Amino acid sequence: MGDPMRIRAQAAGSNATVRVLMAHEMETGQRKDAAGKTIPAWHITDVSATHNGKPVLSAEWGPAVAKNPFLQFTVKGAKAGDKIAVSWKDNKGDTRTDEATVT
Amino acid sequence: MPTRRKALQHSATVASLLAVTGLFPGIALAFNAKAFEAKNLGDALKALGAGAPVESKDVTVTGPDIAENGAVVPLGASTTLAGVKQLLILVEKNPNALVAMFNVTDSVDANIATRAKMGQSSDVYAVAVLADGRSLFARKEVKVTLGGCGG
Repeated sequence: MGDPMRIRAQAAGSNATVRVLMAHEMETGQRKDAAGKTIPAWHITDVSATHNGKPVLSAEWGPAVAKNPFLQFTVKGAKAGDKIAVSWKDNKGDTRTDEATVT
Repeated sequence: MPTRRKALQHSATVASLLAVTGLFPGIALAFNAKAFEAKNLGDALKALGAGAPVESKDVTVTGPDIAENGAVVPLGASTTLAGVKQLLILVEKNPNALVAMFNVTDSVDANIATRAKMGQSSDVYAVAVLADGRSLFARKEVKVTLGGCGG
C-alpha cells in the first residue's frame, strides 16, 4: 500500500477538473546505484478513474512518467458532491485507491 | 511553413514510434510491457501501411519550449475531435519512446496533462487514436537543459 494520493476535483460549469498527485518513486530501471548495480524498475503501470463508480478513464504508464506523478483530466457532467475515485497499480503489484468529492 | 517532405518525415517518425510500441492500430487491454519497452524508431516503411498517422491541427501537444529539469516536464495531449479512443504521449529520444497511454471515454474531455521524464532535448508527440481507426498527431520540440533519465 503506497502513500495516499492527493486528489482535487473542482466543478467548473458542467464539468469537473480533476487533479491527482500520486506518491510513487517511479524508478525507471535505467539508473545505477553507487555500486554500479542497476536499480530495478518500479513504476505505476495502470491508472484508472471512476465517476460515481462508473469508469471514465484508464491509462497505462511507462517508467518515463515523472516521480510522484501528476495527472489532470476533466470529467464531463460531474457536479459538486459527486465522487471521483482514482486507483493505480504498480509493477510490483502494489495498488492504491483514493476518493475525493467534487467541490 | 512545413513542407510536404517534412510532414512525411514526421509522419514516418510517428508511424515507426507507434510500430515499435506495437499499439497501432489495435488496443492493448492489459499493461502492454512490450509497448513500453520499445527502444528505437524501428522500420518506418513497415509502419507506413494503412492508416499511417497524419499530422493534424486538431491535436495539441502542450509542453514547455525549454525544460530546465528533465526529471519533471509537464506534458499534455488534447484534441478537439470527437470519438477519441486513445491519447498517447511519446518522447522520441527517451530510452523507451512511449511515456503514457490514456484510454479516453465519452465521459472525459480528450484533454490530459501529466508530467514526464526526458533524457535529453527531443521532439514530443501527442497521438490521438480515433474510434474510426485514424490516428492523428501533433509534435513539439522540447529542449532539456538537465536530463532526467541519468543517475
